[in-house]
This record gives sequence, C-alpha cells and structure tokens, in this order.
Amino acid sequence: MLQTLGLLLGCQLLGEVTVRGFGLPVPGPVLGLTLLVLLLAAMPRLAEQLRPTTTVILANLSFLFVPAGVGVIGNLGVLSDDGVALLAILTLSTVLSMLAAVGTFIGVRRATERWAA
Amino acid sequence: MTDVATLWSYLSTTPLIWLTTTIIGYLIADGVARRLGNPPWANPVLLSVLLIAPVLWLTRTNYATYFEGAQFIHFLLGPATVALALPLWDNRDTIRTSIAPIVLALLAGSIVAAGSAILLARAFGLPVDILLSLAPKSTTAPVALGISEAIGGIPALTAVLVIMTGIIGAVTVTPLMNLLRITDWRARGFAVGVAAHGIGTARAFQVNPVAGAYAGIAMALNALLTSLIVPLLVRWLI
Repeated sequence: MLQTLGLLLGCQLLGEVTVRGFGLPVPGPVLGLTLLVLLLAAMPRLAEQLRPTTTVILANLSFLFVPAGVGVIGNLGVLSDDGVALLAILTLSTVLSMLAAVGTFIGVRRATERWAA
Repeated sequence: MTDVATLWSYLSTTPLIWLTTTIIGYLIADGVARRLGNPPWANPVLLSVLLIAPVLWLTRTNYATYFEGAQFIHFLLGPATVALALPLWDNRDTIRTSIAPIVLALLAGSIVAAGSAILLARAFGLPVDILLSLAPKSTTAPVALGISEAIGGIPALTAVLVIMTGIIGAVTVTPLMNLLRITDWRARGFAVGVAAHGIGTARAFQVNPVAGAYAGIAMALNALLTSLIVPLLVRWLI
C-alpha cells in the first residue's frame, strides 16, 4: 500500500513540477496519470503491485468529492438570483454534452467497424 | 469531568472531528445507496453533503474550519487521478482500437458542453461574467477555475457550477443511457467523463469497470481540450 501511494504521489509530484515549470495548461495529476501509463508500459509487472490499493481508491472516488461538495452548500450564495436558471442550464447542457459524446462515439465506432470489415 | 463547552472548544480546534464526520457521513450515505442498489438519484456525494451540511449549520461551523479536517480527503483527489492510469492500462487493447471514436466523441462532447452552456446562458439573459463562469463547467475543478479566471469569469461561482455539473451528470447518465438503449459501456462511460468530470467518473466506476476506465480517459483528455477550446468558443459566441 505505501509503495503504491508513494508511486502515485511521486507521479503527481513530477506532473506538478513539469506543469509549473513549463506553464502547461494541464493539471499536474493528469500529467502524472500519463507518466504512470508510460511506467506501466515499461514495466507491465507493476500493474499487479498497484492493483490492490488502486482498486480501493477508485471504488471510493465519490468519497474524495465530499469536501468540495460540502463547500457548494456553504457557497450557494454566489448563485444569487440566478439559481433556478443556472440549474436548468447545467442540466440541459450536461445532457446535451452526453448525447453529443455518446452519439459520436457509437456512430464513429460503427463507421470504422464497417470500414475495417 | 470537563464540561461540554471545554470539550467542544478542544474538538473544534482539531481537524479530527470534521475528518471523522466526513468519513461517517460518507459511510452512511454510501451504505444507504448500496442497500437501495445504487439507484442514480441516491448519489453518494449528494447524500453525504445533505448529511454533513446540517451538522455544520447546527454547530455553527464555517467552511474554513470544516476544511481543516476535510482537506486530507480532498488532497487525495490528486493521487486518485494518477490512479486512473491502471484501468486505462487494463483496457489498452480496446482503447487502441477505438482511437477514432474517442477523439471525435471528445471533440463533440467538449464543444457541446461549453458551447451549449454559453448559448443557453445567453438565451436566459444572464450577465456576461456568469456566462464566462459557466463555460468551463464540464472539466475538472482545478482546470475550470484556471480557465474561468483567465477569461474573466468568477472562479468562486465556477467552483460551485463544476461540482453541480458533476452531480447532475452522475444522476442523469444512467436513466438517459437506458432510455436510449445504449449498451456499450465504453460509450456510456466516455460520455459521462466528458460531461461530468470526476464525479461522473465515480458514478461510472460504481456501475461498470469498463465504463469507469473510459470515463477516466474522457475526463483526463477533456481537462486538456477544454482549456484550448473555451477561450475560442467564448470569442465566437459572446
């Protein structure tokens, strides 16, 4: 567990340092993710060592958003009089975005499968 | 024996009490959600917030005090994002064969997420600073805050809108995809990852591991893409 945590934090740290050093528009952890994929490609055996701790973390991903979620309740004042309109916009826009993504994914997948066949 | 006031003045100065409250709140929320069979409306983040917020209100605890304890949990979002590398690695073979759907669905989902938010806000007649705060709402919080600040939005408002978007996506994805009879877990996961970042990804992992892996990819790629396209969309649509 400690080794995995150390590796995850190490990748994040390298990601953060690189992002800040070069002024990249990506969050450090996302670059850290990329780095870990490269490490896994170089050392596939690493996957099984990482698995137990990683599985626990990802199974409880919702938990990690609770502090930020609680912050929303305390900060609902920023929505002022536009709360209802913003809720409607967020719901519509999120559904539209999912429709666009899922429609494109399935459409392109079918087209490329037909092309490959 | 010390009186309650003394005890409280001790507890309220340590991170222990709010860290514990957050864990217990989540365990109750997640336990209830599981017992109900994880229905979409019983979102563990939403339920936890609804349990914890009244406790803070009743004890007159402000968010800064709460966060002194809760920050240890919040901090783990970074390593958890790095941990998404493993499901990505596990699914590398199917990912390699679906590069075209991934890239095009990313573009479509990301552009619609920001573009529709801007156009809808205009249709509702909202002021420009609110419109600018809305535009990056579908990407992960640190990126969204950076974009909001750069284009002239209100980062504090963006922070609230990002979390609300995540919860909305996590709650609506399952009924929406079932309604459309979409059975491809890759497509389902990818869609919620693009539209609703980490909270959507958490929902995807709750439902199916392949959906979780694809949601993670979508979230990571969208963090990059949103920071490139939002400034352009803002210029065209405002």
